[in-house]
Amino acid sequence: MKVDQIAVFLENKSGRLAAITKALSDNNINIRALSVADTADFGILRLIVDDTDKATRVLKEEGFTVAKGVVIAVEVADKPGGLARVLSVLHEAEINVEYMYAFVEKSSENAVLIFRFDDPDIAITILQNAGIKILTGEEVRAI
Amino acid sequence: MIWNEEFETLPREQLENLQLKRLKDLVERSYYRVKPYREKMDEAGLKPEHIKSLADLQNLPFTTKDFLRDNYPFGLFTLPLDQVVRVHASSGTTGKPTVVGYTKRDIETWAEVMARALACGGVHRGDVVHNAYGYGLFTGGLGAHYGAEKLGATVVPISGGQTKRQIMIMQDFGSTVLLATPSYALNIADTMVDMGVDGSSLSLRVGIFGAEPWSENMREEVEKKLGLKAIDIYGLSEIIGPGVSMECIEAQHGLHIFEDHFMPEIIDPDTGEVLPMGEEGELVFTTLTKQAFPLIRYRTKDITRLIAEPCVCGRTFVRMEKITGRTDDMLIIRGVNVFPTQVEHVLMGVEGVEPHYQIIVNREGSMDTMEVQVEVSEQLFSDEVKNLENLSKRIQAEIKDLIGSTCKITLVEPKTIQRSEGKAKRVIDNRNV
Repeated sequence: MKVDQIAVFLENKSGRLAAITKALSDNNINIRALSVADTADFGILRLIVDDTDKATRVLKEEGFTVAKGVVIAVEVADKPGGLARVLSVLHEAEINVEYMYAFVEKSSENAVLIFRFDDPDIAITILQNAGIKILTGEEVRAI
Repeated sequence: MIWNEEFETLPREQLENLQLKRLKDLVERSYYRVKPYREKMDEAGLKPEHIKSLADLQNLPFTTKDFLRDNYPFGLFTLPLDQVVRVHASSGTTGKPTVVGYTKRDIETWAEVMARALACGGVHRGDVVHNAYGYGLFTGGLGAHYGAEKLGATVVPISGGQTKRQIMIMQDFGSTVLLATPSYALNIADTMVDMGVDGSSLSLRVGIFGAEPWSENMREEVEKKLGLKAIDIYGLSEIIGPGVSMECIEAQHGLHIFEDHFMPEIIDPDTGEVLPMGEEGELVFTTLTKQAFPLIRYRTKDITRLIAEPCVCGRTFVRMEKITGRTDDMLIIRGVNVFPTQVEHVLMGVEGVEPHYQIIVNREGSMDTMEVQVEVSEQLFSDEVKNLENLSKRIQAEIKDLIGSTCKITLVEPKTIQRSEGKAKRVIDNRNV
């Protein structure tokens, strides 16, 4: 039920994001989803890719600082209220979202929400009990 | 082991008699043979016969680096060049280098104090000494080399640079002792990790590190990474080179000054007054036995204090505390004195912070700003912004405790701060003052 994500430290200078995407492209690694968190001084790139282990190895070889972690991918209908319902379920259960990002599936009417929780196991139980569909790692990579 | 039991354990009274005899001889030689010294003493109304006790030393004028530069290159040599068998020179980052000369006996004296220093750090015959101090005009390489040979150890004169090759040689030769600057020792440790070389494949037992100030936390770090005991050595080319003072492996606290050759004083750097025993100030040396290039009351710009209490190792020589900084490394940020080693101590105290850092000082308007660049290791990194921001804030708060003002912490990618192959460049001061 959990999806592997890699996070990469971005120093605040030009060309760092380009260097990462080039390293991935040279090694034939496909990015499924990404988000960048930025502050005034540095950034953190979060990526879901089709081959997490290979991407981690390639980026480390290029000298980047990489952390592997797990996120939860939730599938909702791509229409108004899709995200709101999920968030209200989490809020009622007093589950804190560390951060999230989203993308729309190209071949269906659905959107995918990526969540980072402190305690992913409790979040999974709550979401499943509310009848919300959680995608597996393979499902996300196959999108 | 004590290399020269007779001198290194001399009772204080006998030592002081010896020092006085040598001091009188030094002042006489300098006065009659070197014009600039004679002029300085005449100006102060002093003649060699005015030196009657060790306390009279403090009436003599100081010698400064500028005085050496004014008499560049050989103006302060007390003997003609046909008796000088070697010269060395300081790096001279600002203008002309300072040049120092040695007679045959000076080279022997240097080998003697350096052999004492190595023995004091636990090195002995049979050790394989990997000497990564630079060979050349810098005194580090050759100074350590002659001392290690005198001691009877096997010297590998590798000098600095080509770090991967150095590691291979240490593995193959079974080196037991590493001589290097502490920043280069860390560079070696990190390169070992990159090469996948396990520390246990080396036979290192002792590291003798010097030529730049380093903190206690840095000592722990380098001891852990290289699996050795890290011992501090002190010296400067003007006085003789490495081997002026040395930590003993027994106490690892304070560096024994080889006082039969080098007489220390601690002064207030602003007023020039000699401070009471135990107080912190600028270290001043008088070379009691050097022939070609003796110095009277040379201001080292190094900040330390002397420890008079007897040491467990049995040496009777006074100890100086590990150098905390130099008066010319000292940064004055908004009126507060800061030494790079103090910042280093804070950084090394934070779990996961790598011992590579740089301090950048700027002036914005009339305000000094200090930025500390810290490399983000995997151990520190997190996918959550708040964790990295907390880390920055924590370092910031600890530095604020130290210097009283807020500095900027910049997290940078690993290996972007330049690695040292000799003396590390810790500070970039962009203020035009």
